[in-house]
Amino acid sequence: MCDTCGCGATDVRVVDPGTGAVTHTHDGVTHTHEAGELGHAVPEPHSHDGGRTFHTHDEVPATAEAPAHSHGTTTVELELDVLGKNNALAGETRAWLAARDLVAVNLMSSPGSGKTTLLERTIRETAGRQVVVVEGDQETLLDAERIRAAGARAVQVNTGAGCHLDAEMLRTALDSLAPENGSLVMVENVGNLVCPALFDLGEQARVVVISVTEGDDKPLKYPHMFSAADLVVLNKTDLLPYVDFDVEALTAHARALRPGVRVLPVSARTGEGLDAWYTWLAELSA
Amino acid sequence: MHELSITQDVVRTVVDHTDGRTVAGVRLRIGALAGIVPDAVRFCFDLATQGTTLEGAWLEIEEEPGRGRCRVCRNEFEMADLLPLCPCGSTDAEVVAGRSLMVTSVEVV
Repeated sequence: MCDTCGCGATDVRVVDPGTGAVTHTHDGVTHTHEAGELGHAVPEPHSHDGGRTFHTHDEVPATAEAPAHSHGTTTVELELDVLGKNNALAGETRAWLAARDLVAVNLMSSPGSGKTTLLERTIRETAGRQVVVVEGDQETLLDAERIRAAGARAVQVNTGAGCHLDAEMLRTALDSLAPENGSLVMVENVGNLVCPALFDLGEQARVVVISVTEGDDKPLKYPHMFSAADLVVLNKTDLLPYVDFDVEALTAHARALRPGVRVLPVSARTGEGLDAWYTWLAELSA
Repeated sequence: MHELSITQDVVRTVVDHTDGRTVAGVRLRIGALAGIVPDAVRFCFDLATQGTTLEGAWLEIEEEPGRGRCRVCRNEFEMADLLPLCPCGSTDAEVVAGRSLMVTSVEVV
């Protein structure tokens, strides 16, 4: 653990690879930099509130004076949910999506399970709703570029050192993406089977993607992720003859955590099983 | 490593509800099934409180045990992890306690 891990911190960027414009949020203020302004820190003090306060992006928080020593403290009962703010924002996003007949799907997995390949194919082959994509990665625009090459609009959320997307990041990304009413918003979360499970984004459904090269015991190792899954997509089934992977064992482990969850075997490379995936997507409604 | 952002949310929640008063101590309730490691929150707390009205505050964490309710026999039983196993043998249960992540109270000066 380190003090540079920026989960939820000031280095989250939402990038439109088409225009190069970058939107980011800090201190509760969202703003956009035009292309060319990005990629380097803004060194001079600047203001986001009309000149009332100024800051730089690399300033160190001022050290507060040590609290006064007192024996007479007062207890204030709070009973507040720490994730309440995230969950409230996720609820607003859910209502915002529903009002526009938008369906959002949160795709979660470990890195390398084939999420982006699955999305590329989905964009090319799915009928019905127009697909737009929010790509989450710590760094680079590589995945958003792949999605654009496949023919869909995409924005990239770079979380910096952060390990998951949260409700505010999706909100900012949706503002930047401005999807047409009726679209299917595919959210590719940061590749990580731990942290993304805890954060409601406001999505309609949560899909966990796992590939046959990862081991059928993965649900037991990452129970929070699988207990939150609405669907488990088992990818790379074309490799099953070459690996020791027991599909029935995976299904049993996943259902131990999420009773009755559907496991969908597919190969995003060969196309095997994808019809069932497209049908599942088509049956989602806002 | 979501505990730093969670701890930052703890600090924001407290700051938002204490009207700028100096906070001497914070009490949290963290469920055994919440997916949060209490020791990691303790580790992050000093860092996350720097430069805030919570700087130097103590942190007390009450750990809430997990409980499930069996969908077969309807009895409640303790859950040490997210894999339910009712004493009746059923593995089909819903979590009824142990997912809390709450600021229960604070001490203000």
